Amino acid sequence: MTSATASAPLRQVGKPRRSITRWVPIILIAFFVLAAVFAPLLAPYDPNSQNLLGRMRPPGTMSRSFHYLLGSDELGRDLLTRLIYGARVSLFVAIASVILSGVVGVLLGMLAGYLRGWVELIVMRLVDVFLSIPAILLAIITVAVLGTGLVNVIVVLALTRWPRYARIAYGQTLSVANMPYVRLAAFMGASTPRVLLRHILPNIIGAVTVVATLEFGLMVLFEAGLSFLGLGVQPPTASWGAMLSSGRNYLATAWWIATFPGLCLFLLILAVNLIGDDLRDRFDPRSQ
Amino acid sequence: MRRFLTRRIGQVIGTIFGVVTLIFFLQRLTGDPTYLLVPETATQADIDAMRASLGFDRPLIVQYLAFLKQIASFDLGRSVIQNVPVWDIIASRLPYTLQLAGGALLVACGLGIPVGIILALYRDHPASRLLASVVLAAQSMPTFWSGIILILIFAVTLGWLPPSSTGGIEHLVMPSIALGLLSMATFARITRTSLLDELSKDYVRTARSRGVPMGRLLRRHLARNASIPVITVAALEISNLLAGAVIVETVFAWPGLGQVTVQSILARDFLVVQGIVLLGAFVTVALNLAADLLYSAVDPRIRLDGSRR
Repeated sequence: MTSATASAPLRQVGKPRRSITRWVPIILIAFFVLAAVFAPLLAPYDPNSQNLLGRMRPPGTMSRSFHYLLGSDELGRDLLTRLIYGARVSLFVAIASVILSGVVGVLLGMLAGYLRGWVELIVMRLVDVFLSIPAILLAIITVAVLGTGLVNVIVVLALTRWPRYARIAYGQTLSVANMPYVRLAAFMGASTPRVLLRHILPNIIGAVTVVATLEFGLMVLFEAGLSFLGLGVQPPTASWGAMLSSGRNYLATAWWIATFPGLCLFLLILAVNLIGDDLRDRFDPRSQ
Repeated sequence: MRRFLTRRIGQVIGTIFGVVTLIFFLQRLTGDPTYLLVPETATQADIDAMRASLGFDRPLIVQYLAFLKQIASFDLGRSVIQNVPVWDIIASRLPYTLQLAGGALLVACGLGIPVGIILALYRDHPASRLLASVVLAAQSMPTFWSGIILILIFAVTLGWLPPSSTGGIEHLVMPSIALGLLSMATFARITRTSLLDELSKDYVRTARSRGVPMGRLLRRHLARNASIPVITVAALEISNLLAGAVIVETVFAWPGLGQVTVQSILARDFLVVQGIVLLGAFVTVALNLAADLLYSAVDPRIRLDGSRR
């Protein structure tokens, strides 16, 4: 991992980065965010209004007053509408859990790296323990205790994922904490919160952002996974994972019910991963 | 070597102790764990009786010590719903999950490592770029969606493979691919990075200039030197595969540990869930230890006195 290729800088000069492909993920994410924010304005129908005469209609059919652009589900609800509302759930859960776990994890990691001593011991041992349980299993057992539902999913994800941020913040803080200006600030009487927030945080926020971006994609995946298993957001709320799960029962007769929510998930996660990779390359040129 | 082993095994025991403690406190996140173990229809009298019989009315520290003792004697308790030991349930389902994880690992390594090698050796070739985007796509595909797409194509439309459940080897094909795809991407990426690293070293250039063919260089030198990061990832990926089985088993109605976990949550059979999670954590810890020991077998330069960690 240590030896950067000697030809790397030359390659970059000779080949400017593909600027079009860099914009594609950003546009995709903007598209999903806009859909989520303006869902009530964009969606043609109410996400929960059923039309039992128009069940499982293929994309593009009309039934009574409904025009199903992407087809209808097993209760005659418009799939496009539910996809738009599903973006809300996905993005909301992911944003909330990333912020919650990020804030908790970064604070604990910085404290461990700056104060050292028993704080470091406790926090980092805790991180090791949390990370030694496979994330999906930890999330599942926490759901088993707390129960399902939108808010619980966010709590579960935050509880499961904070160690990732703590570990990166800890490592970064260790390398910054001994720099002369940080020690000088502490020497001049700056309080611990001030040193952490004013002097250390700005230096580690780059690395944290890379982790947060990759985690964001993972959180979208986890919410969908939990909802798919029936352990996340509960019906009738439109969630891509739950839609996939109900569509699984109608694969032979109505392929669209499971296919489109999965496609949305795939595109959103792909876009987030592309941006995450890009950020990582820029933040750490060696990892190319 | 012996000092390293003692130290490392001490760490492992510490971590396992931590995991058990964490699970103990997770149980009590909502206050009273009795509610996790009684059916939803239970009356207050039932709940009180259950609480007394399980000892949840004792002081917390007593309960904690009792829990440690129970786990230390490998007792995972009894399923409330099925009224059999949790171990029996695990033992009856484990072979299915191992089959699935084995198949997935085969897909992941069998595809991922060659793909990684191609990506490293021909990194500026257009076909290699295309392959790289396929890898990226595989990495962003939720397993439950790739599973469903596989069912749609190969079971519903073409009718080549059975859509779900168990039976012959043909039942294992789609679940293994769905589960292995994500790991395949990880293996491809790590193989590529590690091989590129190795390729940029002086001995490779020297050997090439002396006319050593690439294939021979790859087999004799690069394979071993580049395999260390791959081994680390393999250990992590096996535990990811076991955890990922939870979702894939639900997609394909595969009767392994993952399916029973989900069923147990929905049936409020908490001890089964707890047993499987504990098992998953122990396996993960053990795999990481195994990876550490494998390093030294592959690369004698890594001295096992703990200086590397």
